[in-house]
Amino acid sequence: MTSDAAVEVRGLRVALGDQPVLRGVDFAVAKGKRLALVGPNGAGKSTLLRVVAGLIRPGAGEVLLEGRSLTSDPWHARRAIGLVAHHSMLHPDLTARENLRVFAGLYGLDGVAERVEAGLRQVGLERRADDRAATLSRGMLQRLALARALLHNPSILLLDEAETGLDTRAHKWLLAALGERGGRTVVFASHDLGFVREVADEVAFLRSGRVAGRVDTAGLSLDDLGERYADALAARPAERAGQAVGLAG
Amino acid sequence: MARAEGRTPFLRTVRTLVWRDLVSEYRSREVVIGGIVFALLTLVIFNFAIDLRLETVEEVAPGILWIGFAFAGMLAFGRSFAAERERGTLDGLLLAPIDRSAIYLARTVTNSVLMAVVELVSLPVFVALYNVRAAWLDLLLTTALGTIGFTGAGTLVAAIAANTRAREVLLPLLLLPLTVPVLIASVKATAMALGARPPEPLPWLQLLLGFDVIVVATSFLVFEYILDE
Repeated sequence: MTSDAAVEVRGLRVALGDQPVLRGVDFAVAKGKRLALVGPNGAGKSTLLRVVAGLIRPGAGEVLLEGRSLTSDPWHARRAIGLVAHHSMLHPDLTARENLRVFAGLYGLDGVAERVEAGLRQVGLERRADDRAATLSRGMLQRLALARALLHNPSILLLDEAETGLDTRAHKWLLAALGERGGRTVVFASHDLGFVREVADEVAFLRSGRVAGRVDTAGLSLDDLGERYADALAARPAERAGQAVGLAG
Repeated sequence: MARAEGRTPFLRTVRTLVWRDLVSEYRSREVVIGGIVFALLTLVIFNFAIDLRLETVEEVAPGILWIGFAFAGMLAFGRSFAAERERGTLDGLLLAPIDRSAIYLARTVTNSVLMAVVELVSLPVFVALYNVRAAWLDLLLTTALGTIGFTGAGTLVAAIAANTRAREVLLPLLLLPLTVPVLIASVKATAMALGARPPEPLPWLQLLLGFDVIVVATSFLVFEYILDE
């Protein structure tokens, strides 16, 4: 494991009821890097992101954010993390602007009005700022959710299939936003290998709650990435275990 | 922009959440309208169903009033955390650097305000329909104390029930036995505010006050564990 890791996960095990979802996940993401979690449905991507965000308590293992334990220092974790999940976490009866104001209040931010307006501008929703969230399209909600997640300027951004439901323009905007090298660490789950190839520095392949492989995307074509993904999913458990140990750090 | 540190000030969190919930309810009116209709229907139906004689009305009518209030309150509690979970907005609260007990306090304040609206509409109708003479100050004090105790317990139980699949069944099953003391004391003190004999409401008001303090303080302390489970 690297000492300058923004996110470090050690031996993470999670079961939902009797069903094991994560079966010993280890990985680390260096500060400012973008790691994609790729895997089939049920591989544990969303659960892993929710554990890192502190929304699910793991049965075993540890999550370190910027070197500080999520369990022993949850306040640091909550300030450090911004999460965009399947739900927008926005209140349908409040307007876009009001929703952001509520989150600015919950994060105890100064200069609320400026931050909110800047957030709305950033995601191109100034014209819909006074419309209730319930009236926004799926793509607009996703953009507003991203503005919500970035409002407190988190150093770690977690995205769970954030590109889903976005139109071409919004998709391009998200690519550009994630492409900015602002020192922010991004961990995101996606099924879209094209999106992954464009955004991620590294890709971790998840299968059945384990990291089945990990690749650096530098110099990797989309076809190569597809092949590596297929290889990781096809690998036998013993081989996967060897890969996971070898690539975890 | 620089990042703020530590946890968000408690009162700012409570203020933000109460504002959010009241604005949202003002726009949707999904709890208050349902509660008012429920409470008024209870008053009207019992008025027709029970033959209230002049000499017993002060003893019997408060029970009917509090049945209406209790069920109207349960409508509000049922929506409290279930809606947050369904919409995923609870995750937004859990991610934020805020005390979990602030969520409890904010929700208790909101539920108390919503119940108070239902009560302020229902009380004049009750007085007119059951033809009772109310000592309004005593009646309002009793109603306020009873409401705080009932919503204090109801908000906690709603958070517990929201984690289960059978939450609609679990909420009244857990809440009604827990709030028997507050309901009995509220009924008795209300009866005395309507002129029932002997006119000694103080012990009942003390019981209400004691229940309110204990239930709100206990819920406040344990809420973090309930929400995190």
